Amino acid sequence: MLRYILWRIAAMVPTLLIISALVFTIIELPPGDYFESYIAELRAQGESVDTAEIQELREQYGFDRPPIERYFYWLGGMLHGDFGYSFEYQLPVSEVIGDRMWLTIMVSFVTILFTWIIAFPIGIYSATHQYSWGDYGLTFAGLLGLAIPNFMFALILMYFANIWFGTSIGHLMDQKYLGEPMSWDKFKSILEHLWIPVIIIGTAGTAGMIRRLRANLLDELQKQYVVTARAKGLHPFKTLTKYPLRMSLNFFISDIGSILPAIISGAEITAIVLSLETTGPMLIKALQSQDMYLAGSFLMFLAFLTVIGVLISDIALALLDPRIRLQGGSTK
Amino acid sequence: MDTGADLLRIEDLSISFAMMGGQIDAVRKASLRVLPGKVTALVGESGSGKSVISQAVMGILPKTASASGQILFCDPKLSTGPVDILKMDPDGPQLRALRGNRMGKIFQEPMTSLSPLHTIGNQIQESLKIHMDLTAKERRQRSEEMLGLVGFSKPSRAFDMYPFELSGGMRQRAMIAMALVCQPSLLIADEPTTALDVTIQAQILKLLRDLQSQLNMAMLLITHDLGVVANMADEVVVIYHGEIMEAGPIEAIFRKPSHPYLKGLMAAVPHFDMKPGERLKALREVPVDAGSLLGRKPAAIAKADEAKAPIHLQSDVLLSVRDISKTFTTRKSSWFSKADNQPYKAVDGVSFDIRRGECLGLVGESGCGKTTVSKILMRAVTPDTGSVMLASSDGPIDVLAARGDGLKNLRTKMQMVFQDPVSSLSPRMTVQNILAEPLEIHDRGTGKSRTETVKTLLKAIGLDQRHINRYPHSFSGGQRQRIGIARALALGPELLICDEPVSALDVSVQAQILNLLKDLQSELGLTYLFISHNLAVVDYMADRIAVMCAGRIVEIAPREILMRAPVHPYTRSLLAAVPFPDLDRPLDFETLNTGGASDMRNWNAAFRGDEAEASLSAADLGEGHFVLANRNADVRELRP
Repeated sequence: MLRYILWRIAAMVPTLLIISALVFTIIELPPGDYFESYIAELRAQGESVDTAEIQELREQYGFDRPPIERYFYWLGGMLHGDFGYSFEYQLPVSEVIGDRMWLTIMVSFVTILFTWIIAFPIGIYSATHQYSWGDYGLTFAGLLGLAIPNFMFALILMYFANIWFGTSIGHLMDQKYLGEPMSWDKFKSILEHLWIPVIIIGTAGTAGMIRRLRANLLDELQKQYVVTARAKGLHPFKTLTKYPLRMSLNFFISDIGSILPAIISGAEITAIVLSLETTGPMLIKALQSQDMYLAGSFLMFLAFLTVIGVLISDIALALLDPRIRLQGGSTK
Repeated sequence: MDTGADLLRIEDLSISFAMMGGQIDAVRKASLRVLPGKVTALVGESGSGKSVISQAVMGILPKTASASGQILFCDPKLSTGPVDILKMDPDGPQLRALRGNRMGKIFQEPMTSLSPLHTIGNQIQESLKIHMDLTAKERRQRSEEMLGLVGFSKPSRAFDMYPFELSGGMRQRAMIAMALVCQPSLLIADEPTTALDVTIQAQILKLLRDLQSQLNMAMLLITHDLGVVANMADEVVVIYHGEIMEAGPIEAIFRKPSHPYLKGLMAAVPHFDMKPGERLKALREVPVDAGSLLGRKPAAIAKADEAKAPIHLQSDVLLSVRDISKTFTTRKSSWFSKADNQPYKAVDGVSFDIRRGECLGLVGESGCGKTTVSKILMRAVTPDTGSVMLASSDGPIDVLAARGDGLKNLRTKMQMVFQDPVSSLSPRMTVQNILAEPLEIHDRGTGKSRTETVKTLLKAIGLDQRHINRYPHSFSGGQRQRIGIARALALGPELLICDEPVSALDVSVQAQILNLLKDLQSELGLTYLFISHNLAVVDYMADRIAVMCAGRIVEIAPREILMRAPVHPYTRSLLAAVPFPDLDRPLDFETLNTGGASDMRNWNAAFRGDEAEASLSAADLGEGHFVLANRNADVRELRP
């Protein structure tokens, strides 16, 4: 087991290197750089541009050097925690992201909890009461959640929340707390605003999870070992949770791998519609304005979390399923 | 009959399933009894309702089923007297207290009836946890005792093992331990040995009998195998289409079967005392009309004429297999230990000839390499060494070297009939598509002529031509297997490899398929390689029989000689383990090899090749009888 984990961690290094090269290439691909976009923007607004100053900035950040050199400079910086400088915000990248990161993690975390709490009982109910009215009704609701685009749902909820509860639900907190240090009042305000994005982002995930849990559980409920457990006189609920439910959880554990990056990327479109102070809109903005260190660091961080997440779910799967742990790797 | 004397008494039990557009009566007014400490066998073919009855007794019927009548369970250890199981809530505490505690059940498939995620011990001690008030330590102790009782040599190790680490026979033992750990007064065994090899079956039957007398427990044994019944039962109940046909003590039933169904069932099972040329009587005979098939292929007529000459006199060899070996490497690695590659010889220097027009039977326990041999012949697996030559009608073909067009041509000469009729036919193709596909691949005829060919094929296997546009799911297992045979025949092959063609089928259908294969062989002059683990079936089909053990052919001989005077200890223990449907020939449980038939330690020294691999060679005993033995051994010594 330890050998396997060490081997996997070692294999992460080349993976991340390749991803970093890809990320850098993609960001470099569009013609021009941040300063060119910046000049174009200034000109479009009819302001004068001090080309000498721009040129100086370019040299300062090494934009006159070949891409290969800049790539290694960026890579080396990341290794000791220097993610570069955001031109847009005129701050080091770590400071720009750090602020929003906590809010994003909170929103995503609550969303995931919401998804699980809703999806599990419904999925189990749907599978054990297959083709009942309850199953049909919940399936219908779930499909609705899957089918409605998030941004649309966000607009609808915004409208009704305003009419019925009188909350203006854009943003994650009341305007006056923006940029304030954390306080009890600010926290309350966040909680007040939190439920809307959680419901909006969560519905699609919930619906998908209900369907998958139902399908997996239905497969397992047919299996012979369920009858064996019943024949032992085991309580029906215990039978369900000990045998088929546990068997059907493999998909759920494999999902953990993709949950980690989702936690910090947040749902971008929804976040823009609701103008949430999360990292999603920031990433999109950074990509648009070619703020390359911000965008690059962000993408690298996502990649890192993906790789870690997959490793965690693989280890968890092996711990939970003895077939993977003890049988794996037999080939013909 | 006094009600108090019966442990289980079923009266007027009817069970029906609600289906779309009506209901199906699975069991109609069935009555039977199980005496305390005795074995009652419930016999019938699949779909006769026998398993449904056992589910009703345990109260684990599917939700769509509704039952009426009475199931009285009178356990001497319960003070309440007889209780009617049908009157109890199936998931209520009252019935759950009986289930697994006073009655245990073992199932047919040891592979799937245990949870793969929990250790054997966990699943066994669960019964104790539910029904008895014991500490974890006591539970473990009781479970280990039970594991020892069912034949695990190291119970404390087995306790912590997972089901997939055990062989089928050992899993079934674990299953038995699980059913018996609470010492029930009634054990329901639903086809407990059907999925197992003969030798393992004999061991499990012995185990069940020993435990039954040791624990003084009654058993309801559900099976379709009359041989098992004859060896196990005290009373027999015969069920057909949900109705009880005949019931009574085993002596009366076996000596004087009165109902035509039971007589038919007995005549449909191949047994060793059949006279040469004697035919099985299938319960529902299928007319075979291969005449039109001959008219279609002029070459076949010549072959058929040829086949009319006595087959045994022809000695020209159709397929010659020389010294093929195949080694698989299983990487038995866990994360805790270093991965080491263990080479495993699946096929080890196998040589044999198949003569034109004969049927060569290949017998052996599961895992002995017989299917690998068939795959090598079909070019699905490439052997490490050896050669295979096919002397086809258009000249000899080197089977292993054929490439491109040569390989395509080879495919028309050799075809295969598979074991599982369900998974070997694509569910998305109609019968027409399935049967025409080989013709399309080999570009034979036009669309119209292909349809004609498909129709003659259907006629040849006794299926109605109107079924041509149906999908496989609308056919029964036997019909599907016939479609599989027709597909193999579509190209007019010379050699047909049948890999366990009847082992997935019911007894009644088995006879039908065997007779069909026999008729086709005699009418089309086909040559068969017939692979099976069922000795009686091979005895019925084959002209010569080869016995395989651990990748090697240990004995090969004409059928009569091998069956009457087997020499190799492996062949002998295989034959000794076959249960006969005859009360006068009970299984000799005492001499059963405890380590399985392939346990070489029990073999005579002349058959063991301990010191050097090369020391074993085929010794000629005359009359085409060869046996694998020590090179230095005297031929006369080998005979028992």
